Amino acid sequence: MGAHTGTSPLTQRELIDEYFMEERVKVIDLAAFLDRLDRARELDAENDFRLRSIRDALAVLAGDEGGRVQRVQMIFSDPRSELLEELDQKGAKGAYDPEA
Amino acid sequence: MEYIDLHAHMVSRTTDDYRAMAMTGCVAVTEPAFWAGYDRPGVDAFRDYFSRLTDFEPKRAATYGVAHFTWMCLNPKEAEDREMTRRVLEIIPEFLEKPNVLGIGEIGLNRVTRNELAGFNDHVDLAMEHDQLIHIHTPHLEDKWKGTKVIVETLADDPRITPHRVMVDHAEEHTVDMILDNGFWTGLTLYPITKVTPGRAIDVIEIRGPERICVAAACDWGESRPTAVPEFIMEMRRRGHPDSLIRKVVYENPLEFLSQSPKFHVPDREGVVAV
Repeated sequence: MGAHTGTSPLTQRELIDEYFMEERVKVIDLAAFLDRLDRARELDAENDFRLRSIRDALAVLAGDEGGRVQRVQMIFSDPRSELLEELDQKGAKGAYDPEA
Repeated sequence: MEYIDLHAHMVSRTTDDYRAMAMTGCVAVTEPAFWAGYDRPGVDAFRDYFSRLTDFEPKRAATYGVAHFTWMCLNPKEAEDREMTRRVLEIIPEFLEKPNVLGIGEIGLNRVTRNELAGFNDHVDLAMEHDQLIHIHTPHLEDKWKGTKVIVETLADDPRITPHRVMVDHAEEHTVDMILDNGFWTGLTLYPITKVTPGRAIDVIEIRGPERICVAAACDWGESRPTAVPEFIMEMRRRGHPDSLIRKVVYENPLEFLSQSPKFHVPDREGVVAV
């Protein structure tokens, strides 16, 4: 899916008027989470793969290029197609760890 | 507005949830077989589960005028055990004859292992042997893209498969194109955190159009909303969409897919539901 200009029935002004407050709090929540990590009792996960994926995703959000949601989804995704030989864990973790 | 929720794990929900769904317009649910949150200890546990899906749940749903249908399988989270898979596959055919069973599902992949894919192919074979619809679970989170790719490529290479009779569920922005472009139906699962929100589901529909797309709550034993579809309806209106489009997504599309099974019907509003 690309930019697809004009597929939203609402104008930019209408979208901002309707949704700004809901999106504003998501950005503030994320800022607070990153600050909370800085204040942690022990700085023991600065290079955690999940935190790296969030930082990479934020770089995508800061850019002007469209297709952000697909690119962010792929940052969090395992890009390989090979089958695992056997089950290693039951559940997913939310981000791909290339060093696992 | 009336709606059909084609993915709801009602064995994990209370009777109050059936009531809330009925009061918000739900006329029918379909319940794929899935993982209980722990591995079942033996084939008898599956038999008990399948019995509940084909006997108790339709009766419980009918209390509120909701038609209940179901799908049979051993889910991918338990498919690493090949012997268990074989034993469960042996008992499924007897349940396929039940009046509320629509097909095989939700089969698929979890961590995308060799044994999971072998179990997936076993279930596809069973569906083909018994001329059944197929409902497919795609993996969670970081495993979704690769699992969806393996599933779509496997089915696309199988000449026995009619894509229009297959629902590849739990699509997200990075997987919906590969599913729809190969002719399958797809579902957008309305979860508060781990799948898609109503707002993002609407984005997909705005960009791709409504053809062969359904939405569902997929409510289960985890954090999920049994009334997610009416929340989606409300959000569609907020986003400026007409009721004709909303009805297509929440009622007409699932009706079209599910009606490929002669067993599927929506309740007769003139009388009592009888599955």
